[in-house]
Amino acid sequence: MAKLILSNDKIEKIKAICKSFNNEKGEVINVLHKVQGTLGYLPAEVQEVIAQELNVSLAHVYGIVTFYSFFSMTPKGEHPISICTGTACYVRGAEKVLDEFKRQLSIKVGETTPDGKFSINCLRCVGVCGLAPIVYVGDKAYGKMTPEIVKDVLAEYI
Amino acid sequence: METVKLIIDNKEVEVAKGTTVLKAAHECGIEIPTLCYFSIDGMNIENKPGGCRVCVVEIEGRRNLAPACATDCENGMIVHTHSMRVINARRTVVELILSDHPADCLVCGKAGKCELQDLAQRLGIRAIPYQGEQSTYRKDMSPSILRDVDKCVMCRRCEMMCNRVQSVGALSAINRGFTSVVAPAFEMDLEKSPCTYCGQCVTACPTGALTEVDHTSKVIRALSDPTKTVIVQTAPAVRVALGEEFGIPAGTSVTGQMAAALRRLGFNAVFDTDFAADLTIMEEGTELLDRIGRFLKGDKTVKLPILTSCCPGWVNFFETNFTDLLDVPSTAKSPQQMFGAIAKTYYADKIGVKREDLVVVSIMPCLAKKYECQRDEFKVNDNPDVDIVLSTRELAGLIKQANIDFKNLAAEDFDTPLGESTGAGAIFGVTGGVIEAATRTAYEVFTGKKLEKVEFEAIRGLEGIRSAAIDFDGKLMVKIGIAHGLSNARKLLEDVRQGKSQFHAIEVMACPGGCIGGGGQPYSQGNNFETLKKRSAAIYAEDKGKKLRKSHENPYIKKLYEEFLGEPGGKKAHELLHTHYFDKSKKEIVID
Repeated sequence: MAKLILSNDKIEKIKAICKSFNNEKGEVINVLHKVQGTLGYLPAEVQEVIAQELNVSLAHVYGIVTFYSFFSMTPKGEHPISICTGTACYVRGAEKVLDEFKRQLSIKVGETTPDGKFSINCLRCVGVCGLAPIVYVGDKAYGKMTPEIVKDVLAEYI
Repeated sequence: METVKLIIDNKEVEVAKGTTVLKAAHECGIEIPTLCYFSIDGMNIENKPGGCRVCVVEIEGRRNLAPACATDCENGMIVHTHSMRVINARRTVVELILSDHPADCLVCGKAGKCELQDLAQRLGIRAIPYQGEQSTYRKDMSPSILRDVDKCVMCRRCEMMCNRVQSVGALSAINRGFTSVVAPAFEMDLEKSPCTYCGQCVTACPTGALTEVDHTSKVIRALSDPTKTVIVQTAPAVRVALGEEFGIPAGTSVTGQMAAALRRLGFNAVFDTDFAADLTIMEEGTELLDRIGRFLKGDKTVKLPILTSCCPGWVNFFETNFTDLLDVPSTAKSPQQMFGAIAKTYYADKIGVKREDLVVVSIMPCLAKKYECQRDEFKVNDNPDVDIVLSTRELAGLIKQANIDFKNLAAEDFDTPLGESTGAGAIFGVTGGVIEAATRTAYEVFTGKKLEKVEFEAIRGLEGIRSAAIDFDGKLMVKIGIAHGLSNARKLLEDVRQGKSQFHAIEVMACPGGCIGGGGQPYSQGNNFETLKKRSAAIYAEDKGKKLRKSHENPYIKKLYEEFLGEPGGKKAHELLHTHYFDKSKKEIVID
């Protein structure tokens, strides 16, 4: 990964998020959550700013980022695909759906397509097990997914 | 005090409420094996993540085995620490740890002192029944510390030392599951992290995952080279701990045997860092009085409190974390570097040896000293003032390699001129010692009177932060602060930063206890605090045993100024004995 330079605008955004949590040391996870929501991912430079603002060590922030699979250090695609692999979705065939997404896009879980359009992530249970297996593309949900309709779903975004 | 009664291994035990089963068992003489648990009781240092499960015990009425380190005693508890169920579980736990651990014990730096090895022996493990994936990481070699993370057992003792005790924040547990490990941010090299090389992680590591960078072979090479004159200096804290490596009880001074052993090893001259400590007092004491003098005359630009600068871990710490205060510490070099600077000028001239042909070896209780001697500002034409630093442990290893019967050596003296020292130099090895030594000299210089009682009891002790006001004959109350352990230092430094500090002078030592607890000292598994207390007592006994106890009375120091340096704080002294500090906060983060 090359060294990124953060724009002042982004640095200010991160600082504002830290401030909204009173720059509390104990709020690292919440801050990371919100910053990832805003910037899409958590590259090294972003973690540096957060460590500085909350007055915790960079190693501590990095430790948290690498512990929780929710946090990502690589940018998500323009259309992030989240596949639920919680118990209900899993037994209803989520893995086959996941495999089909991976095959169609030629990327693995946690990766982004070279054109930056799609990325794949797994998550555990979004609480609508009646629609299992469920997939999100961005904010749009697709229930009762099958491998056969993966192509059609992707086509909506190409 | 509220107490609880319980039964451990058929023994009735009564302990204070809130005592863990591990401690309660220990109190009645039952040793439960541990791995991730670590404590220095008298210093409020404790690591009990309950992660390794080696200390599990059976508690009647509970379905699962409980980790003794993280389970509080309750009334009526019946505990079995070594039932067959416990023994089986404990062995399985260790077998699983061993299944992801390199089996290169024959050549491991920790062999013979490894807690995991001891544990495997104690539990009678003769084979590792589990075969599976082994985690592999690159080795990370910094100037002082070698990280061989393949040997990490995720006890997180180093992480606790680095963060809670030292507030350095170089290390953290990263990743999860099988790939989890303790590492710097982004798995960068330790050298690029905020690490100060204090080496407290090394003292806490139960295995060979963290060790010093071994420079023994460099010393052997120098000693084998007939074209080189090789001299050695030994730090004050080494002589009160070295004996432990040879089975001599902690707290025994082995100064004379150490000098004799170094001579047997073939060093051309055996000198003493205590001499350079006396020299440090001349320079640092002069600087202290100069700053106080200017302050009393109303100079508003003068920086007070003055901070001691003997400890290289501490110097690294403020160069990384307090870059706005770089003009506050004393500019005096550390005793090690003062020794090197004098050895390669004054002494080299005296014996007619060229700088390049003189090899200066240091024996230090410290790992940061290995880094310190490599700093560019301590080199002349790329030739360092101090060439090689060995830790107390490495010296012990070298003495054993040379088959020297250390225990039965007759005591010998240091050589002159750089081996003569006072009691003031001796106490540099313990927290509070540097400032006490400085006070002895500053008092006499400032008041012009003889100091009758040289012991300043108010300064001594092992409390993390201490303070004292010393009456300079009614003319001035000198307020002194002392911190050991970098998180304690951080507190005093935050006050200085905010302009709240009331002190004239602050002494800081990076390691708990000062140099006696340094990262290069013999591993004292078990009762660390008792060991520290004994080493400390031995240091003060060294001081008491000296005829001269004030640095400015050292005749060889006087001679050095007369013949060579001129005045303390003068031009030549500044050239050779003072330094400056750098902003090291912007350590580049580059990730490939």
